[in-house]
Amino acid sequence: MTENAVKKVYRTTPEEVDKVRKWILTEDYKEKNFAREALVVNPAHACQPLGAEMVAHGFKDTLPFVHGSQGCASYFRSTFNRHFREPAPTVADAMTEDGAVFGGQNNLFEGLENAYTLYKPKMMAVFTTCMPEVIGDDLTAFIRNAKSAGHVPEDFPLPYANTPSFNGTHINGYDSMLKSILEYLTEGKKKDGAPKESLNLIPGFDGNTANYREYKRILEAFGIPYTLMADISDSFDSVCDGTYRLYPGGTPLEDAADSINAKATISLQKYSTIQTMRMVKDTFAGSAEVMPMPIGIKNTDAFLMKLSELFGKPIPEELKAERGRAVDAMTDGHQYVHGKKFAVYGDPDYLLGLVSFMLEMGMIPWHVLCSRSNRKFEKEMKALLETSEFGTGCNVWINRDLWHLHSLLATDPVDGIIGDTHGKYLARDHKIPLFRVGFPIIDRINLHRTPLIGYNGAVNLLSMIANKFLDIVDDTSDDQWFEMMR
Amino acid sequence: MAEKKMRQIAIYGKGGIGKSTTTQNTVAGLASLGKKVMIIGCDPKADSTRLILHAKAQETVMDKVRELGTVEDLELEDVLKWGYGDVKCVESGGPEPGVGCAGRGVITAINFLEEEGAYTPDLDFVFYDVLGDVVCGGFAMPIRENKAQEIYIVVSGEMMAMYAANNICKGIVKYAASGSVRLAGLICNSRNTDREADLITALASKLGTQMIHFVPRDNQVQRAELRRMTVIEYSPEHKQANEYRELARKIAENEMFVVPTPLEMEELEDLLMEFGIMEVDDEENIGKAENA
Repeated sequence: MTENAVKKVYRTTPEEVDKVRKWILTEDYKEKNFAREALVVNPAHACQPLGAEMVAHGFKDTLPFVHGSQGCASYFRSTFNRHFREPAPTVADAMTEDGAVFGGQNNLFEGLENAYTLYKPKMMAVFTTCMPEVIGDDLTAFIRNAKSAGHVPEDFPLPYANTPSFNGTHINGYDSMLKSILEYLTEGKKKDGAPKESLNLIPGFDGNTANYREYKRILEAFGIPYTLMADISDSFDSVCDGTYRLYPGGTPLEDAADSINAKATISLQKYSTIQTMRMVKDTFAGSAEVMPMPIGIKNTDAFLMKLSELFGKPIPEELKAERGRAVDAMTDGHQYVHGKKFAVYGDPDYLLGLVSFMLEMGMIPWHVLCSRSNRKFEKEMKALLETSEFGTGCNVWINRDLWHLHSLLATDPVDGIIGDTHGKYLARDHKIPLFRVGFPIIDRINLHRTPLIGYNGAVNLLSMIANKFLDIVDDTSDDQWFEMMR
Repeated sequence: MAEKKMRQIAIYGKGGIGKSTTTQNTVAGLASLGKKVMIIGCDPKADSTRLILHAKAQETVMDKVRELGTVEDLELEDVLKWGYGDVKCVESGGPEPGVGCAGRGVITAINFLEEEGAYTPDLDFVFYDVLGDVVCGGFAMPIRENKAQEIYIVVSGEMMAMYAANNICKGIVKYAASGSVRLAGLICNSRNTDREADLITALASKLGTQMIHFVPRDNQVQRAELRRMTVIEYSPEHKQANEYRELARKIAENEMFVVPTPLEMEELEDLLMEFGIMEVDDEENIGKAENA
């Protein structure tokens, strides 16, 4: 070629932009959007290792150990940093090109030895990223070899979980890691005789540290000895007093080890503890109970009554009074949310809890979306919606993402959205409020310090939602309708 | 002056068919015609260059990476060797069987060679000698865009070798659709089966290609191998050396590059029956033991 051809620059005209902006709000576009198969746009879930890491942070003196690539580990850490605004001390064995070819055993050996020496954990919880899973690293053998080769002492706790990111979501990683840790710590710890008068409580994947504190307060009000599993409340909501603590909180390892002897284990998230609860049922001395997340009055009642039944203790007066105040607050406030339509998305268990609360308030959960789940969940959600007239006609969308929801909000609109930060684009595009619930919340502060479970949680949820609608009324009303009292 | 174009060639074929022996003898033939050639062995077994180098086994890219701990510290001189006729030799190597990812090893090795400038402009030919079974994307690396554009399949008159050749053609069709890789011919490495040349010629024509050369079976090849040499170097006057030189010349002059037309299973079996490789049997006897 004798001269350089000048590449033509195409600019989209404002008219074209406007045309497309209108088109993506149409039924025609929605059909195309829902026919989409190969691409996921803005999914409302994270990957397995992130859930596994959350569990690891929930145990005392435990270092999360990522077997795999460095970038993945940074993603988990930075997501926790942004949501909790706290450090997330984690190590990775940083597999690179040669690790991909030869397998990651050497990385694991060196990583374990370094981390053990430098950070002096009492336990390391090992989980994987995609890379070692794709090449088929044999974690079981690697861990055994690491011990027999002396990289860590033989008796050092190294529970591990296979958590391929291309499979399932963060709640599956949570499940695998929790099962592995409990299995590891409780092995050989079962004692003869009657189970201990204590409760194991498994909250499930929850980025709200105040919920954990609320669980503890409820159990303490009952006077029930307990072990709260994977307790991240102090790990991710630690005190600022001038001293840096590498492991500021978490379930004590001895308590977790003794949990096998407890009278009962309650999981408050069915879908994120499937394997764990199966293991508990098969090996623990006490009973294994799975309850819905105690969001709203009905679910909280069920939780408290289960506690009362299991331990033969009356419902504490303090909690009865709380219930009364919550019912009063909900009665006073229902008029501001009653009959309003919502889109709600998130993890299966959170959704079941939130929808239960919404139905109690006369809120209409018009679009319920879970970006990765299964028919079982869909059936359960539909059955829940059928229990109330406010669930009539509501839609359950599984394995759909937030871009699908974008189309739905255009063609079948609602008054508000409930979900994590990822929905802020939807809220902006459709000019409706986003009520931030779930994980991660990375654009508002302190929301994880306000409990959403229990009776107090119901009041908090209601206040957040109703007050926002009142703000909107004040912001948008003419002088004539701008009232002192609402 | 017309720019000299480096031709990149990949050799595929069923495991054990004689790919490495044929490749090295052909490369030696090209070298004896004054061509500049590089061989890249893409097989964890690393036996693609021993006849050129007179070596038991060449130290591979992956051996060296294992030793250094990272591919970043590796230098070209560590893994590039010169052998007979100034042929450049590299072996990708790979992990121990059963661990890690051998396919990724091939990708790593070829990327390394590219980045370090192993593909020098003076080369006339680059040959990739690839593992018999293209089990994953890594072993298809040599025929990705900007790599080998010509593929020769080594085959014999044995049934399984032809099945394999046909399967490889299916793979080529897939890659040809999105790139410029083409089938350049079948090389028949004779096993002295009946009517072998006719059969492979027929197979080639059904695949839309040619049998570029029929390499007769000759124990001279094994005698040369005992000394870790190609026939061309061991006994340049021997008639078998002429065969490989002839093959080399045909490859150098070859202009027939096609997108193959792989056969349906039935069509292939018909061909085998026609040549008496496969016996016609009643459909009802299929799956029945001899004494059933």
